[in-house]
Parts: sequence; structure tokens; C-alpha cells
Amino acid sequence: MTTAFPATTTLLCVMLALAGCSASGTPATPPTAGNTAVATATPADTGGSRKGDFGPPRGEPIKAVLTSPPNVPPPTGRSAPAKVIVELEVIEKELPISEGTTYTFWTFGGTVPGSFIRVRQGDTVEFHLNNHPDSKMPHNIDLHGVTGPGGGAASSFTAPGHSSQFTFKALNQGLFVYHCATAPVGMHVANGMYGLILVEPPEGLPPVDKEFYVMQGDFYTVGKFREKGFQAFDMQKAIDENATYVLFNGSETALTGDNALKASVGQTVRLYVGNGGPNLVSSFHVIGEIFDKVWYEGGTRYQENVQTTLVPAGGAIIADFHLEVPGSYVLVDHSIFRAFNKGALGILKIDGPNNLSIYSGKEVDSVYLGDKAASLTSVAVAATSNAAGTLSLEQQVAAGKSLYSGTCSVCHQDNGAGLSGVFPPLAKSDYLATQPKEQIVRVVLNGLNGAVKVNGQDYNSVMPPMSQLTDDEIANILTFVQSSWGNNGERVRKEEVTAIRNATPRTQGAAH
Amino acid sequence: MRLTALLMTVLSSGALAEDFVRLPGQPAFASILRYAESDGKVSIAPFQLMTRPVTNAQFLAFVVKHPEWRRGAAPAIFAEPRYLEHWSGPLLLGDSAEPEQPVTRVSWFAARAYCEASNARLPTWSEWEYAAAADATRADARQDLAWRDRILRWYAKPSNAAIARVGQGVPDLHGVHDLHGLIWEWVDDYAAMLVSADNRNQADPDLLKFCGAGALDTNDRENYAVLMRIAMLSALEGHDTTGNLGFRCARDSSEDSP
Repeated sequence: MTTAFPATTTLLCVMLALAGCSASGTPATPPTAGNTAVATATPADTGGSRKGDFGPPRGEPIKAVLTSPPNVPPPTGRSAPAKVIVELEVIEKELPISEGTTYTFWTFGGTVPGSFIRVRQGDTVEFHLNNHPDSKMPHNIDLHGVTGPGGGAASSFTAPGHSSQFTFKALNQGLFVYHCATAPVGMHVANGMYGLILVEPPEGLPPVDKEFYVMQGDFYTVGKFREKGFQAFDMQKAIDENATYVLFNGSETALTGDNALKASVGQTVRLYVGNGGPNLVSSFHVIGEIFDKVWYEGGTRYQENVQTTLVPAGGAIIADFHLEVPGSYVLVDHSIFRAFNKGALGILKIDGPNNLSIYSGKEVDSVYLGDKAASLTSVAVAATSNAAGTLSLEQQVAAGKSLYSGTCSVCHQDNGAGLSGVFPPLAKSDYLATQPKEQIVRVVLNGLNGAVKVNGQDYNSVMPPMSQLTDDEIANILTFVQSSWGNNGERVRKEEVTAIRNATPRTQGAAH
Repeated sequence: MRLTALLMTVLSSGALAEDFVRLPGQPAFASILRYAESDGKVSIAPFQLMTRPVTNAQFLAFVVKHPEWRRGAAPAIFAEPRYLEHWSGPLLLGDSAEPEQPVTRVSWFAARAYCEASNARLPTWSEWEYAAAADATRADARQDLAWRDRILRWYAKPSNAAIARVGQGVPDLHGVHDLHGLIWEWVDDYAAMLVSADNRNQADPDLLKFCGAGALDTNDRENYAVLMRIAMLSALEGHDTTGNLGFRCARDSSEDSP
């Protein structure tokens, strides 16, 4: 029997080796996106650029649909490599960067970020870069999705009023940044010369309901943040990486107010998020949402259940999330001063019906005193008196009142009225009047889970166990409750609580 | 007849005077370009430079005398189709080309021919760079951040507004106007300025960079104003024209006319 183990192992190795061999010999069959979730011993890779060439383009050349942010072109929907013609125009223009403030942006397609380009892996892209005659500068383009020196930069150097053409095959799938690489490259990028090109995997991306295009960039102006009027580029601030603005889609108001992104409950949203830089790395986060999937770094694999994802300067990510709860969600760079003091804010507005079981909205707004905030003098007096055997009802009620307001009032309210339908009332409570004292002590110690009827109304929620309270404290709280709000005045003593606690198996301190 | 009358008005105005001024030069001028063999220093001999860029009126006078450089007559390999296209006609400036505005949409070949006809030449890049380093009080103001910012401001505006007339501002130390803030200018050896089209290759001795006379890298990467001049000139071919590219002429100092 001992020899069986090595034999099995050898056999396994052979099989794995064969599987690996046949996989690498199979032409151009990258895995579907779903495969990444399948737990296999050796997850297949896509083969990268080695397997990205699906042969010569077929059919008539197709003119690429380019969109301005925040819009994304529709999926290519193609099953064979095509020749795709991209016409991108460079325009230098003055645009608002903030309310009442303008800046001369250098743009690909008249917007910051530049037009979104969408092709399929294996496509042959004939790229035309047209530099508007009114431009002052020569420009070029480096697409990170291009395999070749400079990513096209050297082949697309274009003087004002001229046009350049070059062709590349999109060998690698993914979401790629493109940008201008003309000297001085930092200034061209700082002025907004970047955008995204999506190279779809052959099978496309999983369908979603809404797709949006968001790109972060940092900007350097001579004037301060929100200083009115025309603002010129500040070279020294750029070199110092001291951004005046950090923005989504090139303007403080690009994704706010009427420009907010809009979707509905029940939809799945996909964000294509890039970071043009030139300097800063983004900690991209949507306040109130968790990304169900993030194709981190814009690559092939996705991570699931992500709060904040890093978008490097000159990099991108794809984030999917399903919408359950309506309201306004805030896109931020979670390097949070950028969000609140430099403009890195956008709004995603979700309409649709509320779903209180997932998110209740604000249920309670009560005074919170904190553990130590309540005056504990009365509690100490009661404890001393109890030890001395001289504890009066008044001392118990005074101590119980202090403890109640720090612990119980959060749900049951200061006046004991509870919240109709959510938290049962303690005031004039028929439950307190009819249940035996032992049961009431047990509720505090063990909590209460499930249906209960109080003063004629049904409640079905959860009260956590309050067993972290001492026997003293529980006795005083219950004495206070029973002595208040028209209840029966029944007194509870420490010894009674101790007896019940000892008789009841439970988890200590379960509530905290 | 009307055309001739207009032409005569232009030709007889003072606009045609070409003012040259002598610049002393500098034996070891620190160029922004890294000349491998000379540690970035270039010797600038004394030379003369036009105090203003060549104007539409001056260029009109030139094409009147030299029909082969008129729009439509100049061969395409020397001047692309947009050569002087903002003029109303081959010999008519019209509304969009004032006599005192600098001439633009001129090719390098045409600029060169103009200067030759004036017994002059285009300045070299080094001469232009040396001249452009001055401000009103200093021969070399390039390290002054305020100077840089002022120059950069011109680049921050797109050129869709009308170009100003020449010689409007304060001249520099040498008495030269408009080296910054008005137009791009051709230089004689622009084609040798093979700065890589891709700004980021500079550590890589790429083929592009050691073909030209100035095997080039840049010494002063913070001097964006001058870097952009170089980038612009690198983007051009000799027959190219753009709406904001003009020129001025230079002469060797020995050719001084008394």
C-alpha cells in the first residue's frame, strides 16, 4: 500500500502536465471571464499577447463609436477580428474646471477625459490623430493597449492642422489608458490629455444594465482652489505634485447636480475608472456601495467584494456592483482631503423603491451619552448601599435611571415609548405587567428574539442579550422601569438577578 | 487697379523697414539641448537679428518681387496647400491678415527664401534660444521662475484668437520684440533638432536621436517654455505651415551693413 501514494502522485503530475500542454497548444481560446471564479488547481491564463492575434481582420472596416464621458460605447458584439477605424481629434480649448473658473484644457475629442474607445481583442485598429488647426501645440498619442515602441507616440506626432495615421493590432485584452506623450509630457497630461480604450475579451464582458466612464486627474493652477476667472497652468506646483484640483472627468461639476450618474434599484452598474494623473494615485471608493467585482488594474481577473480599489496614475479598473437601495452615492478618491478640498467628488443617483430590510434609513435619533457620560454617582451610591444592606427604592430608581439612559434608551427611548412596530414600549407595558419577574430578568440577560405582542401590537425583531450588565445594574434598571411610566412598581433585587443568571446558560457579554 | 493701389499703399508704408539689431553672442551659452561633445555649451558668435518677426506686409512685398513664392505658384514640396491660405489672394492680404501682423502659414523653404532675398538667413536654433533667453533687463533670465511663468501663459491659450501686431510690447535687453508670446518661429536648423517624438525616451540612445547635428537630450527639463518650442519644431517638416508659425531673419555680424 505504501507504494500506491507515489504512483498516484506521479500519475497526477503526468495528467497535469498533459493538461498544461494541450492548453498551450490550443489556438486562441482564452477563458471566459467566468472561468476565473472556477477553482482549478492551475487556473488557465489567457496567453496574453501570444494568443491575442486571431488572424487578419474580416469584413468591411468599421468606424469606431467614440463617446464623451461619462458615456461608454456599446459592446462591440463581434465574434471575429475586424478592422476598426478610430478618428480622434485633438482640440485645445478653454473649459470650466470649477464654477466660475476656467482652464485651457488640451483634449482628445474636446472633453476631459478624451473619447472612450472600445474594440475587441484581435481587432486591427487604424488610428487617425487629427490636430485641430487652431491648436498651438503639436501632440501625439500613446495608447497603453498598443504593442510597439512608445505605444504609438512616435508614429502619431502631429503638428497643428495636421493628421497622422498608424495601425496596431489589439493583442492584449483589458482596460487601458491612452495619453499624449509630447514634450513636455507632464504638462500635456496635466492639461487633460488622457482617456481610456477598452479591449474587450473575445467573448465580451458580462452584460450589465448601465456603463459609465469616469477618469480622475490632478490639475495645477496658478490661483487657489476655486479662485474665479481664467487660471493658468502652474508648472512649479505640478513638479512639486501639489495639486490644486483633483477631479473626476475634468471638472468639479462633471458628475454632480444635473450631471450626476443615474441608475435604478435592481440594476447592475459598471464603472470604467481610469486615472490620468499626472501625479496622484487614486484610492477609488463609492460611499455606500461595495464593488461586487473589480477587474483590478484593468486586467483579466476580478476580485470580489471590494470597498476601495487603487487606480494608479496611467492605470484603470473596471468595477461592477448591483444596486439594492435608492439614494445618492458619492464617488470619491478616499485620500479624502482630495474629495472634500480639491474636488474629487461625483454622485451616482439611484432611484427606485426603498428596501428597509437591507437599509432602514435613520430609525432612531436619541441622545447618546456614552458609557462614561452618564452620571454614575447614583449607580455607585446604590452599589454601596446594597453592600451595606441599606439600599432604598429611591436609590435603586436613581441608579436605574442613569443606567437606562446609557443603554436601554437607544431603542426603548427616554420616555419608554419605544418605536411603534420596531421596538416595543416599556411605558404602561402589558408585557411587563403580565410576565413573571423571572421572565423579565431573563429577557435582559438573554435578549429576546422573535414574535412578541405588546400593548396590542405585534413586534418581531431582535433585542441583544445585555448580560454584560452586572446583577446590580440589571436589578436597578428593572426597578426603575417598573417604577416609571405607569408600570406596576415591582422592585427587583440583585440577589434575584444573581439566582436567575446562575440558573440560565448563556453567553457572557454577548452584546458588546 | 484697386489691387495695385492697395499694394502701393502697403509698400510705401513704413511697415517694410527691416530693423536688425546686433547681439553680442556668448562663447559658452548653456543651451537647453545637451550637445554631447560640448557639455551643453555652445558658442554663439555675434550676429544680427530682426527686431520683429516678418510681417504680412513684408512678406507680401517679397512675393510681389518673387512670383515663384506666391500662393498657388510655390511647388507643393516647398509649401503645403495651406501656405498663406488666410490671405484673400496671392497678392491680397484681406480682412484676416493685417499688414502689421506677423506672417504665418509659411513653410521653412519660403521663410528661407525670404531671408535670402534680404541678404540674410534664418537664425540657428542656438541663436534663437540665446536671443530668447533675455528679458528686458537680463541677457539670460531663464532661471527666473516669474519669467518662465509669463512665457508659459502664452502656451496656456489656444490660438483661435487673432494674432496681435508685431512689436507691441516692451523690447528685451537687446531691443528685440516678440520672441515669446506671439508666434512660433522657424529656425534654420530645425530639421537637426531630432528630439524624440516620444518625450520619455531620453535615457535611451534611440536611433532618432543621433542622426542629427544636435544629438539631443535636454539639460533643463523644467524649462517647459523652451521645451515646447523644440517639440513644436520637431513636429514639423519643411513644407509644413501652421496658423501660428512665422519667422524672422538673422545675419552674420561680419555682414553688418554700416
